[in-house]
Amino acid sequence: MRDSPIEEETSDPSEELLLGGAKKLVVLPGASSHAASFQIEKEDHTLGNALRYFVNKNADVEFCGYTIPHPSETKMNIRIQTWEDTKTTAVDALRKGLEDMMEACGVISEKFTEARDEFDARQS
Amino acid sequence: MAPMQPPQDDLDRRKVVGINPETVTNITSTDFPGHHAGEDNSWSLSNFKQNLKVHFHENEKDEAIFSLVGVDASIANAFRRILIAEVPTLAIEKVYVQNNTSVIADEVLAHRLGLIPLKGRIEGLKWLKWFFEPNPDLGFEGVGRTDYNTVVLSLNVKCERNPHADKNATEPEEKYINSSVYSRHIKWAVQGSQEEQFRDGPIEPVSPDILIAKLRPGQEIDIIMHAHLGKGGDHAKFSPVATATYRLLPTITITKPILGADARKFQKCFPPGVIDLERVTPSDAASDESVYHGREGDEKAVVKDPMRDTVSRECLRHEEFRDKVKLGRVQDHFIFNVESTGQFPSDMLFLESVNVLKYKAKRLLQALDEMEK
Repeated sequence: MRDSPIEEETSDPSEELLLGGAKKLVVLPGASSHAASFQIEKEDHTLGNALRYFVNKNADVEFCGYTIPHPSETKMNIRIQTWEDTKTTAVDALRKGLEDMMEACGVISEKFTEARDEFDARQS
Repeated sequence: MAPMQPPQDDLDRRKVVGINPETVTNITSTDFPGHHAGEDNSWSLSNFKQNLKVHFHENEKDEAIFSLVGVDASIANAFRRILIAEVPTLAIEKVYVQNNTSVIADEVLAHRLGLIPLKGRIEGLKWLKWFFEPNPDLGFEGVGRTDYNTVVLSLNVKCERNPHADKNATEPEEKYINSSVYSRHIKWAVQGSQEEQFRDGPIEPVSPDILIAKLRPGQEIDIIMHAHLGKGGDHAKFSPVATATYRLLPTITITKPILGADARKFQKCFPPGVIDLERVTPSDAASDESVYHGREGDEKAVVKDPMRDTVSRECLRHEEFRDKVKLGRVQDHFIFNVESTGQFPSDMLFLESVNVLKYKAKRLLQALDEMEK
């Protein structure tokens, strides 16, 4: 049973209903090409802090921080500013952060499965 | 200019959280571009791959203990949070009370039933889909209850006097039949293709011995239950883990030798197995370190297994160990402890949490594409 295939993604169709017609991601007013605040619906510190880490790992990023403006609203704001002498826009930096996060998850899954199988083999 | 590579011991020192008698230092990670002059700390998948280590310490169905080394706290914490609140599980969500003459109120009974962990064939559980209740206020029709989103269970127990009981019996278990209602009394009513999906792993409570209610002769519970998929964030009954925690690997550095009676006392400052006692060897005694002179054959404290340490800081309270020991924790070494409630094996839950985070990122990339259109 333990070796059952795990689905590539854990899709969540309840999301549409949860969002209630709202957009998952919007750019807050006052954005320029190299500086923007994004507002993400139905996300919290789980994604916020991890995403902040990955976006900050980009050398073209001057600043990245996240906040949950109000505890009873399920919104997460993430602010990204990139260096103006680079070609990287704030949207590019967000995209790269998300892609890096997906890559990292892939590596973690792989290494975890490897270590677990090795451990199980040694135990039996 | 090529990026500077700082010496390894510098890197190691950066990673250690300092633990002092009343303060904690060097908590936040600094591995960001621009933080250390001349160094390249930008994201590199190959570096990440190289530095990431996973060691298993225990892997049982109900409990997995493993070290995840080489990730940032924000990522480790994301997995912990997802394990507790976002990995979907099956639990009793609707309780239709046809008859309940027990002393337990319907709503209390319903709550107790919801908290019972269920198990079934893993592939079957993964095959289950989400159920959406209609919401007339929002004009939402929902979806119908079908075999792939609803698991029907029933509980029908009646308490009676035991005609064969001894006249002098005092124990309810002996005097009455069904004086206690246990989770084993819950019966699964197979629907449609569930029969195929759960062929060799029927849906039943993880433990048959969970006490649900107590009855006395004449009292009866007759209930139909619907179990749906849900998330721990909505209700704790949907949380797949009893606990999912991590701690950082402790470090103990003995900076000056601790000998003789002090060594014994030092050992007692830690949980068993953390500190070992060795003898001072002739070569130690002949070394330049003056504390060793004339102490050949004496006991000497050495660190054996810092992982067992609870970081109680007891050793920092004693004058004789002042400036002889340094406590710390490794910033990127997370010792995870995942304890499943029994629906899924613990190791599978962690992999699932990684998938959930990956999906979150994927979903946002989609939203980003839509926005840019």
